[in-house]
Parts: sequence; C-alpha cells; structure tokens
Amino acid sequence: MSANPLRRSRWYCHLPLIVLSVVFAVPFAWLTCSSLQPREQVGSIPPQWLPRMHYARIGSEDVAVTKPVAVGVDSVVVVPQSGPDKGKKVLAEARHYAPGPGEGMLTQPVQQSDAIVTVKVPARLVQRVPADWVRVEQWSVSKYVKAGQPEWYCLPPEAVRSATEPVWRNYPEAVRALTAEEKDKALPLGKLLAKSRLPWTHPRAPGRTITFLTYVVNTLVVAVLGVIGTVLSSSLVAYGLSRIPWRGRRVLFWLTVSTMMIPFPVLMVPLYSVFRALGWIGTLLPLWVPACFGGAFNIFLLRQFFMTIPRELSEAARVDGCSEFGIYWRIVLPLAKPALAVVALFHFLYAWNDFLAPLIFLTRPETYTIALGLQQYQSQHGGSEWHLLMAASALLVLPIVVLFFLTQRTFIQGIATTGTKG
Amino acid sequence: MTRLERRHLRNGLLFCLPWLIGFSVFLLYPLVASAYYSMCDYSVLLDPVFVGLDNYRQMLSDPLFGKSLWNTAYYAMFSVGLGLVISLSLAMLLNVRLRGIAWYRTALYLPTLMPVVAASVLWAWMYNGESGILNSLLAKVGIEGPNWLADPSWAKFAMVLMTVWGVGNAMVIYLAGLQDVPVQLQEAAVIDGANWLQRLRHVTIPMISPVIYFNLIMGIIGSLQVFTRAYIMTGATGEPERSTLFYVLRLHNVAFQDLRMGYACAMAWVLFLIILALTLVLTRVSRKWVHYER
Repeated sequence: MSANPLRRSRWYCHLPLIVLSVVFAVPFAWLTCSSLQPREQVGSIPPQWLPRMHYARIGSEDVAVTKPVAVGVDSVVVVPQSGPDKGKKVLAEARHYAPGPGEGMLTQPVQQSDAIVTVKVPARLVQRVPADWVRVEQWSVSKYVKAGQPEWYCLPPEAVRSATEPVWRNYPEAVRALTAEEKDKALPLGKLLAKSRLPWTHPRAPGRTITFLTYVVNTLVVAVLGVIGTVLSSSLVAYGLSRIPWRGRRVLFWLTVSTMMIPFPVLMVPLYSVFRALGWIGTLLPLWVPACFGGAFNIFLLRQFFMTIPRELSEAARVDGCSEFGIYWRIVLPLAKPALAVVALFHFLYAWNDFLAPLIFLTRPETYTIALGLQQYQSQHGGSEWHLLMAASALLVLPIVVLFFLTQRTFIQGIATTGTKG
Repeated sequence: MTRLERRHLRNGLLFCLPWLIGFSVFLLYPLVASAYYSMCDYSVLLDPVFVGLDNYRQMLSDPLFGKSLWNTAYYAMFSVGLGLVISLSLAMLLNVRLRGIAWYRTALYLPTLMPVVAASVLWAWMYNGESGILNSLLAKVGIEGPNWLADPSWAKFAMVLMTVWGVGNAMVIYLAGLQDVPVQLQEAAVIDGANWLQRLRHVTIPMISPVIYFNLIMGIIGSLQVFTRAYIMTGATGEPERSTLFYVLRLHNVAFQDLRMGYACAMAWVLFLIILALTLVLTRVSRKWVHYER
C-alpha cells in the first residue's frame, strides 16, 4: 500500500459522503422513529419524528394519557341520573346544561364515543370545564389487552406534560399483532408464545396457535436446513467440477452457469405441480429440499475458489492413498472455509428474504415464514397500525443487520468476488 | 480409457450426483414441462389438454399482457439505468482514502440488506401522501410531492426510487472492480496530461467494463422479474389503474388466482426468451466495448 497520488483525498471528500450517508439513512431513521411512537402519534399530519408521550397529573399520580384535545367551548362534566347512560361520565357543552337547585338537566343530546345518546335527563354536575381546558384519555399500549372503556379526564392544559419517550412496548405489541387468531391476542405474551405451533407440533395438538414465534421457527428451519444442504451439496459438486479431471466436466460447468439465467417464473408452475404431486404444498419442504441438491450460483462460486487451491496438495494426498472423498473432506473443505462461509451467508439471507416461493408453496398459515406473515398482516391491516408494521419490519431486519456486522469482511468480499471473478 | 481415467470419471460423476439429480428434477424437468404446459390448457387440478399455440396467440389480444410488459420495461429501464449511474458514482466516491471510509461504505451498503418485504412496507409508509415522511421532507425544501403510490403517473417511479436506495450490491462490485484498476495506468494517464474526465473515459471505464457488463446483465435479469414490491405496496392487481401491474405479478395472478397455468407458462417462456435475447444482444454488443485484460 504505497502512497498513491491519485487516491490522496482532501477533507472535502467527506462532504458528499456525509450527505449521501444521511440521505440513505433517512428510511432507517423513519422506520425506527415510527416503530417507537404511540399509536395516536403515527399518522399525524404533518408527520413527526420523535416519539412523544403525554402525562397528566391526576391526584398525586402521573398517568400516561393520549394526546390532549382542546375542549373548545365552555363545558361541563355531568353524570346522567337516568336514561341509557345512567351513571356514566359525559362531557356536554355548558349551554346545553341547565343547572337546578339539586340536579341539573341536560337539554340537548350529547354525543360521545362511549355514550349512546343522552337527552333531556336529569344529570348531576361533576365539574365545570373552561373552554381552554383539554380532554385526555388514559393511554394503553395495547389495542388487544384492555379492560373496558379507558378513563378520561378534563384538565387545564398545564396539568398535562409531554415527554420525548420511545414506546418500546410497540415491539411486544407487534409480536402480539402477528398472531393469526384474533382471540389469542389478549393473552399475556409469555403464555401466547408458549402456545405457539411449531413445525414439529402434531397437527392435531390441542390449544396450539399460530404466533410470531411460529413464523420465526419456520424461517429458521428453512434457512438453516437450506444452508447445511446447499453448503454440503454445492461443495461436493464444485469439487467434482474443479478437482477431478473427467471428461464432460466442462460441459456440465457451462450448463450449470447458464442455468443462472433461467427466471424462476418459468419453473414456478411445473415445480408447483411436482410438489403438489409429492404432497409438499403447504409444508416447508419445497423451500429447503431443493437446496440440498446444490445451487448453480453456489457451485460456481465454490468452483472458482477450489481452482485456486494448489493441485499438488491433491496429488500428494492421492499418492499417500487418500480417497477422493478424503481429499475433499480433509484437505479442500478446511482450506475453503472462507468461501463456504460466503455461500452459507448468502443462502441464509436468501432464505430469510425470499417471498415469491413462500407465497406460492406455503398455503397454510402455520407454515408461513416471517416475511410472509408480515405481508399477510400488512394486507389485512394496511393503512393503519403503521407503528406495529414498522416494529415488525424492524424485527425482520434486525437479525440481518446483526449478522452483517458480525461477518462484515466475509460478506463484502463475497459480494465483490461474484462480480470480478466471473 | 485408462484405469485412472475411468476412476476419475466415476468419482467425478459421483461428486456431481447431487447436482445431476437437482438439475434434472428442479431445473430441466420444470423447464421442459413448462414449455409443454405453455401449449396446453392446464389448471393443475385437471390433466393438461394440448391446444397448440393458442396461449401465445391469446397474449396478442390480452390488453393486460401489453400493459404489464410496458410497466416492466419502464421499471427495468429506469432501475437499471439509474442504478448503473448511481452505484458506479457511489463506488467512485468510496474509492478514496479517507479516515472513516469503512463507515460510509457500511452506511451506503446497509439498505441492500433490508429484506424486500420489510423495505416495501417501509417505503409504502414513507410514500404515504399525507403522513409519509417523504412529502414532508420535500415540503421543507418547497416541493409539493405527488401522492406517490396513489398516482398512476408516479407509482412506477416510486418503485424505481426505492430500488435505487438498495444499489449496494452493485456498488460493492464496482468498488472491487475500481480497486483492481492498476495504479500505473492512472499514473501514466496523469503524466500524459489527462484530466479527471479523460481518465474516467479512457482508463477507468474500459478497465471496469467487464464488471459493468456483469452488473448490467444481472440488473436486467433481476428487474424484469420485479414482483414483491408491487405485490406488497400496491396490491396484487397493481393499482393505481394497473400502473404497477408488472409482468411477473400478472403471471402470478394468471397462474395462482385464475389457475390458468398454461397461459402463465407461455408468459413465463416469453419472459425467458426476452431475457435470452437481451443477454445475447448485450453480449454481442459487449465485444465492442468490454475490455478483457486476460
């Protein structure tokens, strides 16, 4: 690494790089911020970045509440003494309430989310509310776990304080949301996950349900079995194509490389009917078994690497009476660890991210992978629940990002190799 | 054939056995079967019925076929073109010696890692007309953003933009190519008085032309098969006004919603032939501009 006059760089080279890094980071920042906002804050117009929580001083306690809404007109809080809303707290405009000596009278209908319609009933005055006060509701993180109607309060604006505070509980909430059965979503999280159906759960096992954990385990099964299968089989084949001189290996190699051009949609329909005939549709098998017979790209990558291992090593081992498999297993594989790591990494990523194949072959929700589970949830709740969608997306990305930082060098070199050794 | 040659042949075939099986079962058979199905009426539930070239003839009169082909061509053109320019520019920016360059490289690469499902959900939220962050940021610099995914004239471009965000793979491949360009060549050019642009035009680009060729082919093959982002962001029907009904999306609907597997196979074969033709043309043309050192 001698000094290279062309690559000597000035400080101003930082400028475009900083700008670009920031631009590229915007979606990630938005993902993180949205995933940590309380439900009422996502979707505010204009959008806000930092998650904000609101707290009201009620008695001697700080209670988490929803975003304060101005009352707007002089109002009263009253409790009707008869009618459908008997005994319930109701907010009414002050001019619609005629105070009496004992109980007053509501003169106009009142409409409020939890009240039906209350009209012309005697009502007991609880509180007078000046126009500049605000109304807040007790805040609960979960849509699924709640006990009856949330309590609400009318307070002077200074009694409500807001704080920039991430709502970490959106994450367990997202895990809850990705449960298939609506009725199971209210269970305590631990209990819910313990009930998860797993790939090895008996189909008729009672009391099992499809949860986020089901999707995670399915994805891991597909990814891990696929990685083991493809590393073993692709390296075997790559060895056969690179280190054994036999007639026809060149033809087979070029055939292999040229199959990389075949688009998956061409194979999709016949594969579907093959898997259907085998009874594999609706199981995880179509997603990992084919990997155990080698993949063109992996074979190509490993073959290129095996070619760089000196031929003399094999010759010497052969002279010593080592079998071909012994050479593969004891000499070539240990030397090829970096290339095997690249193949393993790429296949893991592929399995983790794949969408079209799971969409076609996984017809039963208990076999969904995370990506498919997330898409199914999104298609049912799209346009709302963005905080949960973002949290779930973050959960899908996070393992990949961690994996990347753990294996950065292997990773970057692997990708670079695909383009330059071709 | 000597004994050794025979042994090698046996061993070679044994080592390649998994692939010979995999290749026949998961590639060759489906390929042949799909060619046959493409000339059949086939719904998976019943046996295929041979109908000759009917499926291919139908394509000519299917308005959604043309629409999806055009949508895909638009997407492929812009995502490959923009992707090429941007990933190469980023790679050149990164090909400098700076303190902290690894951090920049990571920052620009990271979006590529985003699983496409997660990225699509995220971008759908960013593109949200009212409470999406993109239009809010644009408004800050005085631009009134379109209603991205709800506007037929913008939805496709929105997908292109999202793709450009994830150009990291191509960028890393270009970077590796750039780092392989011999320093002596650049130095010689400097001594000859070549400026930055001339060096780029006459030294750098020719030296990395094999990498450009590789990325171009990979980019075209990949972008012609665009599916997931549209399926998630604008639905299986490719809303709005089918402006994001891409070829494979249409193919998927035909196969798995209408159960017209024969027609789907015919569509798939047309796609395959398009890919083959483009690759052939590019390879032919590449002889003129791709420079191989060895």
